[in-house]
Amino acid sequence: MKLTLFRGGVHPPGFKEQSASQGIENAPLPARLYVPLQQHLGAPAQAIVRRGQQVLKGELIGRASGPISAAVHAPTSGTVVAIGKHTAPHPSGLPIETVVIEADGNDTWCELHPCDTPFDLDPDAIAAKVGEAGIVGLGGATFPSAVKLKLKNRNPIHTLIINGGECEPYLTCDDRLMREESVAIVEGVRLMLRALEAQRALVVIEDNKPEAFAAMHAAAEAVSEVEVVQVPSLYPMGSEKQMIETVLGQEVPAGGMSSDLGVVVHNVGTAFAVHRAVRFGEPLIERITTVAGSAIVKPRNLRVRLGTPVEALFAYCGGIKGEPARLLMGGPMMGQVLPNMQVPVVKGSSGILALTAQEVNEQSTANCIRCSRCVRACPVGLVPLEMAGRIRVGDFKGAEAWGLRDCLSCASCSYVCPAHIPLVQFFNHAKGELTARAQADHKAKETRRLAEARSERMERIKAEKAAAAAARKAARAKKAAEEESAAPAGDSETSTEQKETSA
Amino acid sequence: MYAAIVSLTLMGLILGYGLAQAARWFKVEGNPLVEEIDAMLPGSQCGQCGFPGCSPAAEAIASGAAPVTLCPPGGKALAEALAAKLGVTADLGDMEDAGPKLAVVLPELCTGCTRCFKVCPTDAIIGAPKQLHLVIKDACTGCGKCVESCPSESVVLRPIEATLKSWYWPKPQMNLVEVV
Ligand code: SF4
Ligand code: SF4
Repeated sequence: MKLTLFRGGVHPPGFKEQSASQGIENAPLPARLYVPLQQHLGAPAQAIVRRGQQVLKGELIGRASGPISAAVHAPTSGTVVAIGKHTAPHPSGLPIETVVIEADGNDTWCELHPCDTPFDLDPDAIAAKVGEAGIVGLGGATFPSAVKLKLKNRNPIHTLIINGGECEPYLTCDDRLMREESVAIVEGVRLMLRALEAQRALVVIEDNKPEAFAAMHAAAEAVSEVEVVQVPSLYPMGSEKQMIETVLGQEVPAGGMSSDLGVVVHNVGTAFAVHRAVRFGEPLIERITTVAGSAIVKPRNLRVRLGTPVEALFAYCGGIKGEPARLLMGGPMMGQVLPNMQVPVVKGSSGILALTAQEVNEQSTANCIRCSRCVRACPVGLVPLEMAGRIRVGDFKGAEAWGLRDCLSCASCSYVCPAHIPLVQFFNHAKGELTARAQADHKAKETRRLAEARSERMERIKAEKAAAAAARKAARAKKAAEEESAAPAGDSETSTEQKETSA
Repeated sequence: MYAAIVSLTLMGLILGYGLAQAARWFKVEGNPLVEEIDAMLPGSQCGQCGFPGCSPAAEAIASGAAPVTLCPPGGKALAEALAAKLGVTADLGDMEDAGPKLAVVLPELCTGCTRCFKVCPTDAIIGAPKQLHLVIKDACTGCGKCVESCPSESVVLRPIEATLKSWYWPKPQMNLVEVV
């Protein structure tokens, strides 16, 4: 296959050897699971359980609310002991609505609805099953998968790309999954193809995972519509638009979506989850997570129930050496900083990293020397130094004009900057600031409209009252006038009567 | 002589046309600054600034009679925007801005007297006689008129809580090293 590599990109050291050689193991079931109701992009799920309620493994505990949302299921059987706020696995450390389940240790499944002939299902039925199972993009983006499987209704889809890039350092969960579950993944891919009514699927794997490539290649050998493609290892290959450019040679326009080109991208982990959901009726209650970083005694790949506290995983991996300088969820380039070790593993947790100070390698910042390394590294073709310069002085609109909205927050620019300028941190801040300002602006406009509508209404009511008063006054005046004019007539009548009687 | 007449007439025509065009191009209607500032203010006419409404406040700001920090519902963000518009430096340190606030009706105290929803400039309160009143968050500007109007002190202003949806990264610190 002819490849057209995207521009820019960087080659961070992989550090994958730590965990890639370890087969997937089951993490122990903790005593309590903390299951957030929002583990996906979109609206949070609505809790449908009460405190004290018994739940079975796989039972629905949070219903999807709205068109972009995902269902949440009980990861094991037990009792709901609380529904309330628990710290989210998010850098802000803010609380999030969470269902706490005390495991009863029996791990009893609820009634499942397996399907022995999944390829007889019609496309919408597959998408519906995926939606019921609460599956979201397991690469870390956590966009509800069923919504993506229905994109064909907007625009016909011809190609499904399965992202096995795993370009972030340290992470090996997709690598291990492809090595161990290649047949299941290929079935998941075929089910997604059917749901999308697409013609072909490309499984894209970076060349630093030869074993995974071989396994997937063997599994897809007999399936004509699934092709396995090896691509060079270049960060950020796993980014949707960069991957499409590499294998299809087409660029997704700025601000556009890949489905506009007739392409949809899903992660390998998602394909596996789709297979489990459609064939066995299993909802998404566990995922493979890489636990790595130099502060971890024995890095591993674990099959983890969602809601397991991070510290339980560390304990299973031999504990932590010394004081970790940084805890991360996801990879070191785009991952989220974790506020503490009590936060739970969620659907998007591809990795949990505990990094030492040496790995974090915090350096003091110098002024920009305009070396343009960031420009060469940017896979989108932006000019990071110009954007950062503007954001530094608060000129967010200026940064936007330099293309801030197209920035992937991939951190390639920060990685190469010799002055250690926190470029991507500037961009993340500015994106948040712009969104907040847009919302505030919108609210100001709307409240202004409301205020104007109200004063107009008040004026109108006043005018109506005045008009009514005037009308009443006029009516009274008229009546008085009528009475006045009627009085002489009456007098004359009586006088005629009088006359008549007198006559 | 003809040459002089023609050239002077031509000059007169051309310059006159130029002036006419300039008058059209640079036409000023009222004081545009006041209008622009008025558009930036919340428009809820809450009167917390001491002026009878947003337009008089805008005039005062434009003429320099009032500081850019006068609008409590607008908060620091508005003060900053106004300062940038007028090219002045504002001392925001003095401005006690606990961030934007929203009104909340305390259900255990509300008697359903309907006074608050009658004064709300943005119709952000719904209620009926002897019914619990409710504030529509999206329409509330936090102007505080309802707080003053409530006889049972059941309306309070509370700072808007940060949520995962509204949170975003703060501006990174540039700890510059001395380069010698
Ligand atoms: S890489 Fe850093 S120092 Fe070089 S131009 Fe970009 S921001 Fe400036
Ligand atoms: S973070 Fe943004 S600006 Fe920096 S390299 Fe990535 S896409 Fe380009």
